[in-house]
Amino acid sequence: MADKKITLSKNDRLAVWFRHQYLQGSWNYERMQNGGWCFSMIPAIKKLYPNKEDQIAALKRHMEFYNTHPYVSSPVIGVTLALEEDRANGAPVEDAAIQGVKVGMMGPLAGVGDPVFWFTLRPLLGALGASLAMGGSIMGPILFFVAWNVIRLAFEWYTQEFGYKLGTSITKDLSGGLMGKITEGASILGMFVIGGLVERWVSIKFTPIVSTVTQSEGAYIDWNAIAETANGGGQGVADAIQSALSQYSSLGATGLSIDKVTTLQANLDQLIPGLAAVGVTLLCCWLLKKKVSPIVIIIGMFAVGILGHLARLL
Amino acid sequence: MSVFTIILIVIVAFLAGMEGVLDQWQFHQPLVACTLIGLVSGHLDAGIILGGTLQMMALGWANVGAAVAPDAALASVASAILMVLALNSGADQSQAITTAIAVAVPLSVAGLFLTMIVRTIAIPIVHIMDGAAARGDFFAIDLWSIIAICLQGIRIAIPAAALCFIPSEAVMGALQMMPAWLSDGMTIGGGMVAAVGYAMVINMMATKEVWPFFALGFCLAAISQLTLIALGVIGISLALIYLGLKEVAKSGAGAAGSGDPLGDILDDYE
Repeated sequence: MADKKITLSKNDRLAVWFRHQYLQGSWNYERMQNGGWCFSMIPAIKKLYPNKEDQIAALKRHMEFYNTHPYVSSPVIGVTLALEEDRANGAPVEDAAIQGVKVGMMGPLAGVGDPVFWFTLRPLLGALGASLAMGGSIMGPILFFVAWNVIRLAFEWYTQEFGYKLGTSITKDLSGGLMGKITEGASILGMFVIGGLVERWVSIKFTPIVSTVTQSEGAYIDWNAIAETANGGGQGVADAIQSALSQYSSLGATGLSIDKVTTLQANLDQLIPGLAAVGVTLLCCWLLKKKVSPIVIIIGMFAVGILGHLARLL
Repeated sequence: MSVFTIILIVIVAFLAGMEGVLDQWQFHQPLVACTLIGLVSGHLDAGIILGGTLQMMALGWANVGAAVAPDAALASVASAILMVLALNSGADQSQAITTAIAVAVPLSVAGLFLTMIVRTIAIPIVHIMDGAAARGDFFAIDLWSIIAICLQGIRIAIPAAALCFIPSEAVMGALQMMPAWLSDGMTIGGGMVAAVGYAMVINMMATKEVWPFFALGFCLAAISQLTLIALGVIGISLALIYLGLKEVAKSGAGAAGSGDPLGDILDDYE
């Protein structure tokens, strides 16, 4: 055996990497990602085990329950490739050892993948792309799509290689402090960004009018005087526009009419802009913790929006 | 709509459906799916704006473990098609987009049920794959894996194709029947919906330790000169600083006096 050692070439590993993208293809409620995992391992199994019985045993071995975050599964498949390679070369690697590595890694890694990819990177890139897109810029979707996939493909390839090179020693890394730190760092960044997004993108406006004050002369634009200037025709209209705009820039929006209207929203914004948004978000957190379905909350929000609008509150 | 446009829309829908489960290329994210449907139907600008708006609502929707989130794939594909139908029948852009946003949420629920059905159908499929594994039949495993992925694609492609055949006059008629209070109210509700996604994210990550960072992000975002990239940079810096200091504090507890050079100097003066 020792003289003709079977190893997985870079092409084999690329084939596994390519198939591994379809990990969730046959996601099912029974054994979750098992079908996709077996599908991913096929190029390696074909290469490593020339005879039929070994192939069958390997295929069965990789149809066991498996479920983790689809991207951080890459280092797991890298380690598994290393283990299968050792086994094919005669090392005593038990079925239980392979399944143990898979199960042992999938939990802690999913705990890293979810906050890093779903709750930090995607909201961040998504919000960045969406804010460009809402202004009608094609750069929004392109930026999101390209940045996401470059990061993803590179991550999946390099962590798979990392797992393959390190073999089983990576499992020791998992219990070390590095994973915990990445998760914590991602949570900090995630919470910070979410705080920002809540302020910027959750919109609630309370329309009730708190006070209407008649402003003193000079605090508002005297539209009658402007109209008189404009009656001069030609140059007069230009002068009128200039006069109105210069007054507007010094007086601000409240100078547009005699009455200064203060809405409830304006009062709240003076405390902290977006206070109501954070209130709604925290309410959602609480409701979700009470096991209220997100769908029910969303539908409830539309109901509140419609009823609040009818009651002239929103 | 021409046959060619419908074919392209169905292809986009198929990709979105596959991605709804694979979660790799992100064709199911509104930003990508709505833009593509806008592109193939000749309403690129409207598609981009709809995609951006829906993306903001769907930011926190993610499948975690075995739990399945509201389905972004059907929501973005079907609402984009309805928007295109409305635009084709002469509705103005902002009205068409507003309506599309309003229907997106019920559609995401419908999509959720569809994916749950397909994920249940996948159970017998993996049993067939078990049988193939026992025979050492590589081809059958590949084939059934591909079939399973295609089922997820078809999940979105069929409703999309069906929507394409709704006469656009009917969509326009429904639009005109919708009273202003309803559409305005839906828009107001839509402004709040993003909070649900954010709350899902917060519940997943929040600990006593990280809440102050949420507060920091919230207050800093009120400064409108700070772009999202700037906020991201501040966030990364804060995370690095915090983790670094924590490390120092940990090692400082063991070795007396280390980690605080200024404190050491002050101590020496005593």
